[in-house]
Amino acid sequence: MGMAAAEAQFHVLAVDDSVIDRKLIERLLKTSSYQVTTVDSGSKALEVLGWHEGNPDEAFLSPRNHQEVEVNLVITDYCMPGMTGYDLLKKMKESSILRDIPVVIMSSENVPSRINRCLEEGAEEFFLKPVRLSDVSKLKPHLMKSKCKENQKPENQENEESEESIEEAKAETETETEIQSQQQQTAQSNNNNNNKRKSMDEGLSQDRTRPRYNNGLTVMSN
Amino acid sequence: MLGLSLDQLRADMNRLLALLFHQGVLDEQFLQLQQLQDESSPNFVSEVVNIYFHESEKLLRNLRALLVDKEFSDYKKMGIHLNQFMGSSSSIGAQRVRNVCIAFRAACEQNNRAGCLRALELLEYEYCYLKNKLHELFQIEQQRILAGAVRYPVPQQHPNNPQV
Repeated sequence: MGMAAAEAQFHVLAVDDSVIDRKLIERLLKTSSYQVTTVDSGSKALEVLGWHEGNPDEAFLSPRNHQEVEVNLVITDYCMPGMTGYDLLKKMKESSILRDIPVVIMSSENVPSRINRCLEEGAEEFFLKPVRLSDVSKLKPHLMKSKCKENQKPENQENEESEESIEEAKAETETETEIQSQQQQTAQSNNNNNNKRKSMDEGLSQDRTRPRYNNGLTVMSN
Repeated sequence: MLGLSLDQLRADMNRLLALLFHQGVLDEQFLQLQQLQDESSPNFVSEVVNIYFHESEKLLRNLRALLVDKEFSDYKKMGIHLNQFMGSSSSIGAQRVRNVCIAFRAACEQNNRAGCLRALELLEYEYCYLKNKLHELFQIEQQRILAGAVRYPVPQQHPNNPQV
């Protein structure tokens, strides 16, 4: 699997109601060789993804029975009028077609309960704005993982198992451990959700140094 | 204008940038913007900044219109404008403007109209200063581009490397 070639094929859907932030995220993603589509609302994002109101499952999607265009990752602002990033995340996770697409949330506010809620709902990462190139480089593992998933059976909760072990969260780049943990699927999610909440509360800083929340287990400051 | 050398212009630009960083007018996010500018997106910074100017002036007008109204009570709406202003200022590295927004928002949350008015005055001042300085920066950048173009007009004939 040619890594460099694969990168150019990844298509990221960026959702943000701010014109400036859309321009920024688009540039950040393009600089990282991703194909980018930007939309200004959650509902437009769902359109692009081929989701239709009242029919989250296969039946009412386009004849291809998939998304309108293939999207490999969704990165969305949290605070948007109408549908928030969290609402979008939730809708995607409720859809059997869309739930496997990794979702990353961005926010200008460092609100622990908000971050917690998003990660527990299944967001892969939570980025504090302004988003930097170093943040965008953290997208790759999630994109690679979803490429792997296309070749495997969808029944294992492969989105969530990577949140299980604490060792992963300690590693700056978690690509290898994530792929390994896919094979170590356990039923620990409930317990680990509680652990996530605790470590979040303990580890948070109030100032604007940029904590990183990798699946909610530890806070890593830059 | 074209008599200025490239080196001098570069020095002017660096001096201005250093001043703005020192004053806290800009922060490292502005550097991030500059890093994102390259041959494939050569006007990225000025494009983003111009969007910011356009948006900010609209927000400032909205804020002022809300506050001058004697019957004003919609602090929630003001808060929404402020959050937007804060977000975009943060995204381009306009640190001082963002900090004034934070103070403004605090006054807003306390429903403190007088405090809000004071904060708005300060915000308008800081925004004006930022805009002027960024314009200055872009002007120097333009001069650099011009000076650079004039420097290499036509390939020279060289005895060892004749060009037709």
